[in-house]
Amino acid sequence: MADVATGVLEIVGARMRTADCKLGFATPLDSLGLSSLDILEIILDLEQRFDIEIPYNVNTKLEFDTIGALVHAIERIVAEQAGSK
Amino acid sequence: MNRVVVTGLGVVSPLGSSLAEYWAALVGGRSGFGPPTLVPAGRVNTKVVAQVKDFVASDHFDERQILLLDRVAQFAVVAARQAHNQSGLSFSEELSEQTAVVVGTAVGGQNTAEESLRRFYTEGAARFHPMTIPKAMSSAPPSHISMLFGIRGPTFAISSACASATHAIGYAFQLIRCGAITCAMAGGTDACITPGTLKGWEALRIFAPDTCRPFSRDRKGMVLGEGAAILVLEALNHALARGAEILTEIVGFGMGADAADLTTPDPGGMERAINGALASATLAPDMIDYVNAHGTGTAINDKLETAALRAVFGTSAGTLAVSSTKSMVGHALGASGALELVAAVMAIRDQVVPPTMNYLGPDPACDLDYVPNEARRRPVRAALSNSFAFGGLNAVIAIRQFAG
Repeated sequence: MADVATGVLEIVGARMRTADCKLGFATPLDSLGLSSLDILEIILDLEQRFDIEIPYNVNTKLEFDTIGALVHAIERIVAEQAGSK
Repeated sequence: MNRVVVTGLGVVSPLGSSLAEYWAALVGGRSGFGPPTLVPAGRVNTKVVAQVKDFVASDHFDERQILLLDRVAQFAVVAARQAHNQSGLSFSEELSEQTAVVVGTAVGGQNTAEESLRRFYTEGAARFHPMTIPKAMSSAPPSHISMLFGIRGPTFAISSACASATHAIGYAFQLIRCGAITCAMAGGTDACITPGTLKGWEALRIFAPDTCRPFSRDRKGMVLGEGAAILVLEALNHALARGAEILTEIVGFGMGADAADLTTPDPGGMERAINGALASATLAPDMIDYVNAHGTGTAINDKLETAALRAVFGTSAGTLAVSSTKSMVGHALGASGALELVAAVMAIRDQVVPPTMNYLGPDPACDLDYVPNEARRRPVRAALSNSFAFGGLNAVIAIRQFAG
């Protein structure tokens, strides 16, 4: 699943608004200056990259608060949806 | 300044295509929700929408007319016929020039546009049907209503996303009030359950996966709807002179823009539109008994709309009944304001407030009386209908029981 971590870092890194922040697993997502549109675009990029559907709904709380939690969530979705494609 | 009254109502909705069916279902708390069957299965993720059911074009139009009418115009014309029937108006040459048709729509002839492009891109279609543009244009619904009744006054479409119908009716109200015209057929229409519209909304990730629960805890977003409602508006003197039955009086209209964000609403903008409607109606806040809310069921709208209502109504917010009919008919975009104003007119007429369905319990950020899960008989002297659209476009209509 190393490619998931690489992909997440790349995709989030390309959208983040804070230049001086070095991304790591512990980096909180809310420290990156992301707008709600940035988040929608990150989710879209992740879905396109990994050919998955992320059940993200803006009306409910984000289930991942750090880069690491996002990586784990994507890994889980990739594994779950691998069989259904 | 003319007083303006409503003398006819017409409805095409997921709860039925007549005023009687629509209103009975709203008061009965019935939902028009179900899976999207108007779009090809498999490529949309949306689980629940509110489609106009059992609407068969050939029940309402002959073959030649159908060639000219997108679903969006069919809805509008059928609703206009009902409203006209109820009003009993007949258009003399003079009155036809003194009558306007103003219809709101958010996406217009989207079905025609999408079907043409589908054939172009996927089937290599070399040419389109000659009526493609006339069917797809957003102004087709008011044009068809004008042609059907021979109405030759100001006729046009208004587009302000989810506030389109409220802007259309409010503008027609102002035209009559200032004496520019005598009558109007005004409302909104949208037939927006198309593959393209659904995929576009899905990308915003604000659709509820289960149902629409406005103002409730654990609400998960909106449900897309479709339909049309048309109202006959008339100068009071004209309605009295011909002995028409007066359903209610339109007394105020407020509108404005947030000038802030394309998708996030601003409670300050909502507040200004509500205050604008009250000022235009010269109604004190404590005269309003019912607000038919914009109430989309999204986390943010319902919280900010509640804040705006609290700011406007102050202490009288405690006795205000607020409900969202989107909990039963979904969000019909450019038609929603008209469908909702019809509900408010009927609430005044029958002295019954329709409920907010699917309500699970209070959210701390939404602390008004939302008439949860059951209609309520109560005095309704005056009411507001709120519409707050993407782009920060806000419109609010105030109506009042007609008392001579």
